Amino acid sequence: MISPEQYPVLIVVTPLLSAFLINILGNMDKRFCYPATLLALAGSLAAAVGTLCRVANEGVIHYRVGGWPPPFGIEYVVDHLNALVLVVVAGVALVAAVASKRSVEEEFPHKITQFYTLFVLLTTGLLGMTITGDAFNLYVLMEIAALTNYALIAMGGNRALMASFNYVVVGTIGACFYLLGVGHLYIMTGSLNMADIMTILPSLYGTNAILVAAILMLLGAWIKMAFFPLHGWLPNAYTYAPSATSSLVAPLMTKVSVYIMIRVMFSVLGATYVFTVLPVKELIVWLATAAIVGGSLFALSQKDFKRMLTFLIVAEVGYMVGGAWLATERGITGAILHIVNDAVMTLCLFLFSAIVVYKTKGHQLSNLEGMFKKMPLTMTAFAVGALSMIGVPPTAGFFSKWYLILGGIDAGQWQFVVALLFSSLVNAVLFFRIFEIAYYEPHSDHHGHSAPVAIDEAPMSMLLPLAVVAVAIIMLGLYSGEIVTTFIQHAVPAGI
Amino acid sequence: METVVSIKPLLASLVSLVAVIPIVLSGKRPNLREGWTFLAGLIKLGLVVSMLPVVLAGGTVQYTLWEVLPGLAIAFKADAMGMLFALIAATLWLVTSAYSIGYMRGLHEHSQTRYFSFFAVALSATIGVAFAANLFTLYLFYEMLSLATYPLVTHHQDGEARASGRKYLTFILGTSIGLVLPAMLIVYSLTGTLDFTAAGILSGTTTKTVIVVLLLMFVFGFAKAGIMPMHGWLPAAMVAPTPVSALLHAVAVVKVGVFSIFRILTGIFGVDLLRTLGLGETLCVIASITILAASLIALSQDGLKRRLAFSTIGQLSYIVLGAALLSPKGMVGGLLHIAMHAFGKITLFFCAGAIFVATGKKNISEMVGIGKRMPVTMIAFLIGSMSVIGIPPTGGFISKWHLLLGTLEADQLPMLVVLLSSSLLNAAYFLPVFYRAFFCTAEESLFPAKIEEAPAWCVAPLVLTALISVGLFFNPQPFLRLAEMAVQFCVGG
Repeated sequence: MISPEQYPVLIVVTPLLSAFLINILGNMDKRFCYPATLLALAGSLAAAVGTLCRVANEGVIHYRVGGWPPPFGIEYVVDHLNALVLVVVAGVALVAAVASKRSVEEEFPHKITQFYTLFVLLTTGLLGMTITGDAFNLYVLMEIAALTNYALIAMGGNRALMASFNYVVVGTIGACFYLLGVGHLYIMTGSLNMADIMTILPSLYGTNAILVAAILMLLGAWIKMAFFPLHGWLPNAYTYAPSATSSLVAPLMTKVSVYIMIRVMFSVLGATYVFTVLPVKELIVWLATAAIVGGSLFALSQKDFKRMLTFLIVAEVGYMVGGAWLATERGITGAILHIVNDAVMTLCLFLFSAIVVYKTKGHQLSNLEGMFKKMPLTMTAFAVGALSMIGVPPTAGFFSKWYLILGGIDAGQWQFVVALLFSSLVNAVLFFRIFEIAYYEPHSDHHGHSAPVAIDEAPMSMLLPLAVVAVAIIMLGLYSGEIVTTFIQHAVPAGI
Repeated sequence: METVVSIKPLLASLVSLVAVIPIVLSGKRPNLREGWTFLAGLIKLGLVVSMLPVVLAGGTVQYTLWEVLPGLAIAFKADAMGMLFALIAATLWLVTSAYSIGYMRGLHEHSQTRYFSFFAVALSATIGVAFAANLFTLYLFYEMLSLATYPLVTHHQDGEARASGRKYLTFILGTSIGLVLPAMLIVYSLTGTLDFTAAGILSGTTTKTVIVVLLLMFVFGFAKAGIMPMHGWLPAAMVAPTPVSALLHAVAVVKVGVFSIFRILTGIFGVDLLRTLGLGETLCVIASITILAASLIALSQDGLKRRLAFSTIGQLSYIVLGAALLSPKGMVGGLLHIAMHAFGKITLFFCAGAIFVATGKKNISEMVGIGKRMPVTMIAFLIGSMSVIGIPPTGGFISKWHLLLGTLEADQLPMLVVLLSSSLLNAAYFLPVFYRAFFCTAEESLFPAKIEEAPAWCVAPLVLTALISVGLFFNPQPFLRLAEMAVQFCVGG
């Protein structure tokens, strides 16, 4: 039996080693890849859940990789914030992997081995970024996640190649910014360990070097999360990515980047520095407002379903960045809660999009015609995700929006409150437009007495994950209070 | 005051939601399927009635299902006001289900399983609103009702239904997200709670300006109440099959709107606060504009259901007016009108549907002489009209009587004039329908003199509701008692 002491490292090591194993197994027989991937991710999820329980009971866990003491060795730090994010990342990756089977077989039957190897490596990168307490180690894993991501997106062929290249350029700039920021911090403090930096930093608050470091690191994170107006790379990359890729990266990539931003804000630079010394608080909330409004409006103008979803991601990033920069307890709580909720909601929508692509060979809005009759269960599960995006109780989306709006009221940032409500209304229009398309049959101006439509549900391997996610959205909503009191309230910096 | 903790209010709401599963599963066997609807309806009514003695004795039945966030719980409370509404909704669901069978089968409608499923969901939401113990729970069920009624309103799935469905959602969802949600958040931000209490929760927390803004956000935000200019969805929603219009757009949905307003005014703002700030008058003006304008528009409508729709819009504002008078008698009248108007108006809608099933006619101008062909239906129509106008011996008289007394009590003579002129207008748009149905020469009549009513499943319910309308004149209990208790509770004796 593995000791609970080792859970933190197992979260990362299990998928890392499995990635190599999957490559070897896949070269023997590619049918091994899928089960091996599921096993690896399930193992990682189990370790993450175990860690989450430990954090809930014991508080913050420090794990020294290889036994080296910090600040010299790499330290894994699991606190109330990333314990939660780790479970989300591992959980979403597992569900996305389960649902990927048919899409992968359909879209690139000759690259199954490569796909799953990269898939697991990407998950490793995301988990590693989340768990580490070392600013430079974070950069390394950021690159692992990014490089695998570029390749996974490029598997979409044709237009995906160009989109991926575009993403490579912008993503590399983002990672470089982050690295430069870390470099500045290292020069000034001589340390790469986040907790260590944070204790050294207050005496250096006034210096330009720290100012530059802060701005570079935050800019890096913003580019990576496609924060308006740095979002240009995202819509194409996620639209043209293969279904199985977008189900993994769309829910996770931006959310982990938001997590990194929050980590940098509160665990590296410190809340005092970012909210009182840095003069950008108001500006960021305004930019977040613009992200929400802009993302919503762009989403409204799309005819392509998947592309519409990508613009919604841009808007949702605005929710979280804005919430974190409101500098109020409820705003930050909302932002963190929304990382969890939005990951699950986005997963729901992209799993549905994968089903649409699998069933109709396209992802235009018109591909959805008559879906309610053909796939009642699939559509019901999708409807739960859609209602959560709109923010209808008791789905998860309602409660994070609840905190975010209250945070906005507390901070007196009314433009942000209005933007959130506006986005809810736009989402209502967007999703009810889809419901309408899916509800009315293609040619029914004759009082709907058409021939009975045969029920043609999505295959089990796709429907079941979607249903699980839909249930999770409602459960997360109902347990919002528990999540906030057990985890998130400890993650909000004291004295705000 | 006795407080009973029991899961019954939750069950009363949930039973029809659970019934959706057997309804869907027995979709291929219509008789069994409708059996489930009736079973759920009976259990629902039974549960509601079983709580009646406690409530009539001055107690409440409470149940907290789940506290999601601190101060934000899904909680139920059956008190006099909620009981009044739940009793009406549960009774009329049963009646409407019987009528639905006659109507939907008579017209060989498609997708009847979907129809009965969403009907059950809608009723679940209605009872949820009635028994909601706080604004959050109310909002949750309010939204659930909006969503569950969409497939009912757009049942025909043709171009017209699509357009009406859009209008419906724009009004209903637009206002609930755009106005009620932020208002609710501001209230929560100010007070840290959303519970309905006897004296309201907003008193002493903020300035008059904020109170006024919140009041307007709530009153117009609950667009289901159809206060102008938020009424546009109601006539459009008449594209729905008639039983839907009958139950949802004369009883459940629209009454959920006014009930919510009633709850907000008494439980969140509090009668005293509104009195002190003199906001009753403002609301009276808003309500009376709708009353008069809707009645005038109703005069010019030829579509029978559209005329009924505008009549409903006017009558709903009676209820709002009753609350706005802030006088005990007026509020009793308002609450009582929820019941009286429900029975009267549902009769009228049933008649409109019966006429459509039997003859295919929708317009009033095509109904000359129809009384000779469908005498039972048209006499029921007369009784329904009388109740809505407020002529004895019908229940409508009792509620209007209280409303009129309320205007005197509150010293609001202009409102007395509004109510009386509206009654005249009501008579002017309803009585000609009845008159032309019976009193015409043989040449003018568009129908042969042979009696040919709609199927019995259609006729029996409308006779029943017409009889209840008359019966309520002679014995308005338990509704009157419940209304008085509810008012006593929030006015504080």
